[in-house]
Amino acid sequence: MDFKKAVEMLALCDSKNLTISQVMKQRECHVFETTEEEIIARMEHAWQIMKDSSKEPTTKAMKSMGGLIGGEAKKLTDHRLDQKSILGDVVNKAIAYSMAVLEVNTSMGLIVASPTAGSAGVLPGVMLALQEEYDIPDDRIIDGLFNASAIGYLAMQNATIAGAVGGCQAEIGVAAAMAASAATELMGGTPLQCTYAASTVLMNMLGLICDPVLGLVEYPCQNRNASGAANALIAAEMALAGITQMIPLDEMLECMYNVGKRLPVEFRETAKGGCATTPTACALCKSKQ
Amino acid sequence: MALISAFDVLGPNMIGPSSSHTAGASSIAYLAWKMAGGNIKKVKFILYGSFAETYKGHGTDKALLGGILGFKTDDTRIRDSFAIAEERGVEFTFEINETETDIHPNTVDIFIETEEGRALDIRGESVGGGKCRIVRIDGVPVDFTGEYSAAIVVQKDMPGVIKHIASAVSDRDINIAFMRLFREGKHERAYTIVETDGTLPEDLKDAILENQYVEDVMIVQI
Repeated sequence: MDFKKAVEMLALCDSKNLTISQVMKQRECHVFETTEEEIIARMEHAWQIMKDSSKEPTTKAMKSMGGLIGGEAKKLTDHRLDQKSILGDVVNKAIAYSMAVLEVNTSMGLIVASPTAGSAGVLPGVMLALQEEYDIPDDRIIDGLFNASAIGYLAMQNATIAGAVGGCQAEIGVAAAMAASAATELMGGTPLQCTYAASTVLMNMLGLICDPVLGLVEYPCQNRNASGAANALIAAEMALAGITQMIPLDEMLECMYNVGKRLPVEFRETAKGGCATTPTACALCKSKQ
Repeated sequence: MALISAFDVLGPNMIGPSSSHTAGASSIAYLAWKMAGGNIKKVKFILYGSFAETYKGHGTDKALLGGILGFKTDDTRIRDSFAIAEERGVEFTFEINETETDIHPNTVDIFIETEEGRALDIRGESVGGGKCRIVRIDGVPVDFTGEYSAAIVVQKDMPGVIKHIASAVSDRDINIAFMRLFREGKHERAYTIVETDGTLPEDLKDAILENQYVEDVMIVQI
């Protein structure tokens, strides 16, 4: 069993009455000649790292090596615990956890690239928030991670997940599309609805540039992890409510890729445009030299 | 295109912050450590391109030193690699080369001396997503990734050596994934790199060394 396009993946789901996570697990076992026990054990290990990296900074601020971020996850968490959140618990937690992972990442802690290090907060943030708020057991979350990896695989196969090639839309955009699809499956959506959610995110984050201040994976990257997590939940909510999307996932991936390739090089991880060349960022560059 | 796994999407498990500047850097040095096959006494790193520009903010130096100490990309000791190297008595230096620009942007040269007296000079490139390539050994251009277990044979370029290596491998029932020869010139020093499925048995090195034109064999076990 293998698939290269979302439309083929959906056909497999339909013909065998399987979820996207089930199809992805079968593909993994088939293509890489391994067993379900083995891949589940590997994914459980990844999930443990994701959980740890989402949690620690919510109680203890972690300062980044570059010094641009640190303490954001704790601020958001304290804000929620003070009953002041305007978003409610699910979204507050999702964005706090996703920002937490970036604190861990930028202070040389252990993370899972999901799909990249700079976008590593989105998927764990969304998964852990849903797990806590809806009492979802770990084995279901593991399914969610396989669902997410199917969407990420389609992006790697047919487009790109590299900021240097396609801008931030390829990193945070894809991470959020993965999280949206996984959230949709976990909350009872169909495979087609999962792809609607993924399409929605790609559409809503289309054109987002990669413009790291000082060339470091810190700022605005951490903010965009939060934005990706919220976008994923918005898209999943829409899909679960029965809203359909006219542009299928395969077309949205191709569209994102085409937009990415046409972005000027200044906006693709070179730190030569966007936020990175604002007067404030430039002043910071000079003071660091 | 290589087949993409769920764990290429959700992975690598790594010490941050950057898959190319941190994880890829530690992978290059880890491979170099395996190739050296002994205790490192002294190491010098020369950083080029983007490595040279942003290594401090990305912990590239800590990652490189961690790799040379034998730490994998997900080993939390990478953060403390400077202190650990000092504890172990490993001498290390870092240099920046910003003049050579006709080169992959994330390139490092690693000069190693082992306690056993071996000297090794390796150039590696971090090619994205934590993946890397070794592109030069002791001045000879080569190409391998460390994704497969490999035997790196240093030999004189003479007839029959390749056949001998291939026989030594196949006698042990190992399947060759890739096998390539890189040479300085006809009858000069050459490198054969054999990448295989599965792990390599311990007696393979001695078997390959039996040929008179083989000078050295480095085994990189995955």
